[in-house]
Amino acid sequence: MTGEPAAAAADTGADKREAVIRLYQKQPEIYARAVSGWFSAWRWALVWATQLVFYGLPWLQWNGRQLVLFDLEARRFYIGALVLYPQDFIYLTALLVVSAYALFLFTAVAGRLWCGFACPQTVYTEIFMWVERHIEGDRMRRMKLDAGPWGANKLLRKAAKHAVWIAIGLWTGFTFVGYFTPIRTLGGSALSLGLGPWETFWVLFYGFATYGNAGWMREQVCKYMCPYARFQSVMFDKDTLVISYDAERGEPRGTRGRKTDLGAAKLGHCIDCNLCVQVCPTGIDIRKGLQYECIGCAACIDVCNGVMDKMQYPRGLVRYDTQTGMQRHLPRSEVLRRVLRPRVLVYAAVLVLISGALMTSLWMRAPFKVDVVRDRGALARIVEDGYIANVYRLQIMNTTEQVQRYRIGVQGLPRVATDLAGDVVVESAQARWVPVAVTLPPDDAARAGAGSHAIEFVVETIADAAHTAAHRVQEHSTFIVPR
Amino acid sequence: MSDFIHSGWAIFVAAATIVSLLLCVVLLAIASRREVMADDNTTGHVWDADLREMNNPLPRWWMWLFVITVVFAAVYLAFYPGLGSNAGKLNWSSQGQYEAEQAKARTAMAPLYARFVAMPAEELVKDAQAMGTGQRLYLNNCAACHGSDGRGSKGFPNLTDSDWLGDNTLDGIKKNIAEGRVGMMPPMGAAVGSTDDVRNVANYVLSLSGSGHNDVAAQLGKAKFGTCAACHGPEGKGNKTLGAPNLTDRVWLHGGGEQAVVEMIVKGKNNIMPAHAKVLTPEQIHVLGAYVWGLSQSTRVAAK
Repeated sequence: MTGEPAAAAADTGADKREAVIRLYQKQPEIYARAVSGWFSAWRWALVWATQLVFYGLPWLQWNGRQLVLFDLEARRFYIGALVLYPQDFIYLTALLVVSAYALFLFTAVAGRLWCGFACPQTVYTEIFMWVERHIEGDRMRRMKLDAGPWGANKLLRKAAKHAVWIAIGLWTGFTFVGYFTPIRTLGGSALSLGLGPWETFWVLFYGFATYGNAGWMREQVCKYMCPYARFQSVMFDKDTLVISYDAERGEPRGTRGRKTDLGAAKLGHCIDCNLCVQVCPTGIDIRKGLQYECIGCAACIDVCNGVMDKMQYPRGLVRYDTQTGMQRHLPRSEVLRRVLRPRVLVYAAVLVLISGALMTSLWMRAPFKVDVVRDRGALARIVEDGYIANVYRLQIMNTTEQVQRYRIGVQGLPRVATDLAGDVVVESAQARWVPVAVTLPPDDAARAGAGSHAIEFVVETIADAAHTAAHRVQEHSTFIVPR
Repeated sequence: MSDFIHSGWAIFVAAATIVSLLLCVVLLAIASRREVMADDNTTGHVWDADLREMNNPLPRWWMWLFVITVVFAAVYLAFYPGLGSNAGKLNWSSQGQYEAEQAKARTAMAPLYARFVAMPAEELVKDAQAMGTGQRLYLNNCAACHGSDGRGSKGFPNLTDSDWLGDNTLDGIKKNIAEGRVGMMPPMGAAVGSTDDVRNVANYVLSLSGSGHNDVAAQLGKAKFGTCAACHGPEGKGNKTLGAPNLTDRVWLHGGGEQAVVEMIVKGKNNIMPAHAKVLTPEQIHVLGAYVWGLSQSTRVAAK
């Protein structure tokens, strides 16, 4: 920030002058002008797509419960037909890895696509700006309103804007909590003012975050808070499509009539109308080149193309282009061909691989899980007729929403057997501990020798009365024969 | 404060905390007022001849975040312990929070237990919910010694057989859980006689259950068994009132075979089941007792 020179430094030799520069400064308000065009339409499409999912999903019911519900208290996570346990954390890890690689891929291909089109900060800001525009008017009217004195009109418009913003914020907070508490019950308790303390807190907290970030903070979030904003710039290279101003074609800029002869007037295609600056949600001038504040929303492309059409100049004075493409004047097809460079292919391959592994793993998932825990108190004991017994606890986790019968067996040593008489019944989406004593006849124990031996529990679901095993899970453990 | 630390340290810690907080505010005030020196958007600092520090002022709301953290710290220290030994206005402690959570859990479980308490053992073992609760209590409190399946191990009695040292009614089991139990076999070596006498008695004891023994030694030992009969009975069938085990079955809690029995006679044994009245509520002991009673009634109750 350059300040006005405050005092001239009369120091010998140094020709520096002093200026008041503060370490903290109020940031100028940005009044982004409304824009329409191809990229803007895409952004709105993504606003609709993401928000229909976010606001709509918790209202869908499936099989007598909410389709997507994260029940933190019972530690069961219902996603469609899936019932996930905390033990399924690996899927969340895989999802995060997939998200990270998707971010790498899209960023390497076309810059901050995520920021410009799909990030919640952008999406909610877009919604909040739409509200603002319809209540306070577009850029010029908003600037006038803010500069003017407080009167009935200003008060009314400001109050209306904030009321709508707060309503959207609260609805967003309510929807968010609706993923963790069944939203229909939550709606009922909200209407009767009977929300629990934590539900109230999270509705208000998330609502406030939405209102504050999308209404007040806006570009400040991207510039000063978001780690991904800075981090994505590192993934750009000379073949990344970024929003670029074609300086060679645009300069020298200047105002002119539509019929002006450019050659005679020594002018480029930029008419210096400043619209690209006015539409920018972070308030930068794209003509100064790539800057860290640019979130890649392409509003400047949309607005500049409109101006180029009016001037009857070709479109694309501001466009998605790569550094190499710009320098070497590469044709469009060549620019796009160069996008398929090794790093993009590696990102894509890893992304496909991990997504594939995640899908396969979900597809092949057995409808129950088994944990084996050896008793720690006594490693082994000798029971009737010299049989060796080891005691285990098996936790059987039913990941279906039906009552299930399980048969537990053991293998790995000759004539090893469990003491279980019948099947084990586990209620829908419940886990149950089953103590199991495994015995080995004395002569087999002598043959196996003292020490630790690998055994395997085999747990099978029993599908029907005919006792056909539908699924089986094998879980390793050890059997100890004492000295 | 702890016995090992002088109370003056509490005052020192409190003072240091307050001074640090105030210094944070002072530092912020100085930094935010500083008027820097150059008009070329640098701070005027130059290193290595040409390395300059650009001035990129932080947004002002960021400064307020610092202020908020200081205010938060002050409010926190007023309400929660943190300023030396000051307990804070809320009088919060981790112990208190734990007890509050326990009390809340007990209130939540009270209706469930109220139903169970009214039920006798025979009904409780047929109630899947009661047995689920009983099993969880058992696994958390008893399984470490008696084993997950209740069959114990050397020194820890098997709870699933019919060979009980004490009263195996629900009330008897509940009493043992609540108050614990001491199984005491006095050292009898001197009373029995010489080393050979002890070995002969041991063989006689083993012969009572038909376990492996030396017939001749057993015959010789029979005469000396009188010393044992005071507790274990003339026929060796034990005495539940005294807690003296039946010697005519093949249950050897502390190990079978001549060597183990000799050792028991010579050295005796003091085997303790700890009391659980302070760990479990009477309602929990009722349900747990029924679960244990159930273990001894059939081979398995848990796995239906």
